[in-house]
Amino acid sequence: MSIITVQLGQCGNQIGHEVFNAICSDVHGKHGLCSKKENESYQDTCTERFFGEEKAGVPVARAVLVDMEPKVISQTLAVAARSGCWKYDDQSHFCQKRGSGNNWANGYSAHGPKHKDVIMNLIQKEAEKCDRLSGFVIIMSMAGGTGSGLGAFVTQCLRDAFPNSSILNHVIWPYGTGEVIVQNYNSILTLSHLYRSSDALLVHENDVVHKICAQLLNIKQISFKDVNQVIAQQLGSVFQPVYTAESALHYSRSPLGDLMEALVPHPEFKMLGLRNIPQIPENSLAYSTFSWPGLIKHLRQMLIANATMEEGIDWQVRPPCPGSSIPSRHSTSKPLHFNTSIANLVILRGKDIHSADTGSFQDPALYTSWLKPQDAFNLWKTPRAFNKYEKSAALVSNSQFLLKPLDKLVGKAWNMFASKAYIHQYTKYGIEEDDFLDSFTALEQVISSYTTL
Amino acid sequence: VAVGQCGNQVGCRFWDLALREHAAVNKKGIYDEALSSFFRNVDTRSGGDGRDISKGKICSLKARALLIDMEEGVVNEILQGPLRDVFDSKQLITDVSGSGNNWAVGHKVYGCQYQENIVEKLRKTAEHCDCLQCFFIIHSMGGGTGSGLGTFVLNLLEDEFPEVYRFVTSVYPSGEDDVITSPYNSVLAMKELNEHADCVLPIENESLFDIVNKIQQMVNSGKLGSVVKPNSLLTSSASNIKTVQQKPFDSMNNIIANLLLNLTSSARFEGSLNMDLNEISMNLVPFPRLHYLVSSLTPLYTLADVNVPSRRLDQMFSDAFSRDHQLIQADPKHSLYLACALLVRGNVQVSDLRRNIERLKPSLNFVSWNQEGWKTGLCSVPPVGHSHSLLALANNTCVKPTFMELKDRFMRLYKKKAHLHHYLHIDGMEQSCFSEAVSSLSDLIEEYNELDATKSGPGIDPARLKIAV
Repeated sequence: MSIITVQLGQCGNQIGHEVFNAICSDVHGKHGLCSKKENESYQDTCTERFFGEEKAGVPVARAVLVDMEPKVISQTLAVAARSGCWKYDDQSHFCQKRGSGNNWANGYSAHGPKHKDVIMNLIQKEAEKCDRLSGFVIIMSMAGGTGSGLGAFVTQCLRDAFPNSSILNHVIWPYGTGEVIVQNYNSILTLSHLYRSSDALLVHENDVVHKICAQLLNIKQISFKDVNQVIAQQLGSVFQPVYTAESALHYSRSPLGDLMEALVPHPEFKMLGLRNIPQIPENSLAYSTFSWPGLIKHLRQMLIANATMEEGIDWQVRPPCPGSSIPSRHSTSKPLHFNTSIANLVILRGKDIHSADTGSFQDPALYTSWLKPQDAFNLWKTPRAFNKYEKSAALVSNSQFLLKPLDKLVGKAWNMFASKAYIHQYTKYGIEEDDFLDSFTALEQVISSYTTL
Repeated sequence: VAVGQCGNQVGCRFWDLALREHAAVNKKGIYDEALSSFFRNVDTRSGGDGRDISKGKICSLKARALLIDMEEGVVNEILQGPLRDVFDSKQLITDVSGSGNNWAVGHKVYGCQYQENIVEKLRKTAEHCDCLQCFFIIHSMGGGTGSGLGTFVLNLLEDEFPEVYRFVTSVYPSGEDDVITSPYNSVLAMKELNEHADCVLPIENESLFDIVNKIQQMVNSGKLGSVVKPNSLLTSSASNIKTVQQKPFDSMNNIIANLLLNLTSSARFEGSLNMDLNEISMNLVPFPRLHYLVSSLTPLYTLADVNVPSRRLDQMFSDAFSRDHQLIQADPKHSLYLACALLVRGNVQVSDLRRNIERLKPSLNFVSWNQEGWKTGLCSVPPVGHSHSLLALANNTCVKPTFMELKDRFMRLYKKKAHLHHYLHIDGMEQSCFSEAVSSLSDLIEEYNELDATKSGPGIDPARLKIAV
């Protein structure tokens, strides 16, 4: 089954491009350290999932590119075509000239309705090219105007037009210290609207990825390209073919649907975080060996201690012991050291997969009480190694990972809102103070829900 | 739209340097998107007003510009100089007698007289654009034409093209200005800027003069081993500075021209984090009338040795916050930042940007509700002669003293009713024009005052919404 990627705004298009690069290089890399048959099955599934018919011998990505200014898309199309490995469909893009001016209201209320038909037509055309459609991945940032505002609008339209397809929004959380001054306004408006139409929000935080580049990958002068490549690798490690528990004989046919089923049992809880291990610079790979017990142990502690990467994990944090007094559900002083989960998905790829033991992830102490651990935890795997790592693990988690960032974001936005700064820029396009209040209310609700886990 | 002597002299420098910049980037001579932001490509072979060519080789570039002056001297000189082919006759509006340094003559008399003509020419230039995003007005505040007619044009732009942004580059008069009535002209013009401009970049001659001197010192000092690249000077013209006699204000005007080029660089050229003009307005204007931005440019010149260690890059960021690099005399470090934008050009990455913001943040005061008030842009294409550059735009309460001084100078004249009759006998001018103008200025100063007052206290964050669990 196929996934259609919708790339929105500068960020969405830059990242989308790196994602297809990562997928392609994974598929064409070394034979994956597995049997030829296995590798072929992997390649076929991947190709059907992400690429349509070949044009001039080169696979064409199942993607729609949208931006309100032309420079990024024209660059993206050109660079992809030059690669010789894959390309975008020349027709599957839409851009305007004026940009959205970092204004969510402009993206949502002005550009959205104006260009709805054209954009939905492009997506419809891509959908028709698929034998079976698993769903949509929408790549967008929250800080700007197009990705955020138009992204929220397009998600709404997709929900209306494809009520039975899965919709996953891949959302980029901006750096805490501004890229855009009104980023907090744009973010709260985006999140509150996505919560209504999206199935799940898979979040990457710029600050976190930046740290990974600096500390794990030892990159000296970190560019957005570096950041985007790390993000692309992490997404690849989730969306490339795997076997789920149900089907050990063929690769999962419904990757997005399976993801939602595994991770989003309740519509109030849609915020998904992503952790990968290992992440090391390429030139260190030759000197490193990995063991499944080691990787799994680290990944579990990253979950429990809410660590963003495999360095600097706080090993002191433990899940609460069974039988100990459980803090009152309404206590506001509960330290957020221990990261409570609703559901977790671990994806293992590579050698000796059969020897990997993930029992420790089924510890009931990790989870809230309303799901049995065997339902809250899912394991997917494949013996086919991903990219350069002979063993790698990904954790997609519906837990309190994003609680603190969300709380901080809402706090800053509220602070600015109290002074009414910049509001006139939004009311110009019909987004009034009440709309802001609605968004704040919705997000305080989400914060409260995750806090009282 | 260049209005008046100052406006047109600056405008001339701008077009000169814009051509140089595009020539350096566009090696193949193809008319591309970047060029089309400022220029039309016209087929002049058939003579007269040729058609616009939207793609392919460059045939004849015409500036998307209007040159307006109520005297002929400056515009005529432009039309006789090396830029004559960049403008066509339909872009010019001139008269002979000038405005006599009188805002009222510029605004009321010539405004009325030339209104239809201006509107028609504006419409014509707009029609040639696929997508019109922004108007730039270049003028001075102290005279008659730039100040009066310039602000009249600003009004017209708002009426005729309400959705198009209006950026105004205004040269403010200094204290020792030799035009006695410059305070009147400036304050009358300020009211218009308050009400009709989206963004104003105020410029003071003193600052430009200081920068010119600083560069000159560097060039003359010839420090051991370091040779300054001549075309990298912020003050140099496209033509070789040694052979052509620069006119007195050319160096200073080149600085303003470079300001405009850097401001629009991310809109014209590609980069990893684009910053469009509408984003500047969106992020730097928290309240409609507080739209006056302090600009600073670095570097002023580049040394010929190419190696750029990270330290020199960081120096560029520090310099942007030094008063030596500002285009107006003000003290942002000791006032309150409402917002700040950093537009970086060249081989600079996001980690360099973040490192420097972290480094500089502690020494700057940001308003309580915008502690992380930074807007950033990364454009890959550096300016000619440099490997990288930085334009900082600050919305800071440090403009308040500038406006207060202006108001003082105004009041000194107004109280004595000095030279008032020159204005009042113009049709449409009344005493109320003056009182409304100074009142508008006072209100603006008061808005800055209120924000400054918040600087001292560590405000308590407003209580968040409570949700029933």
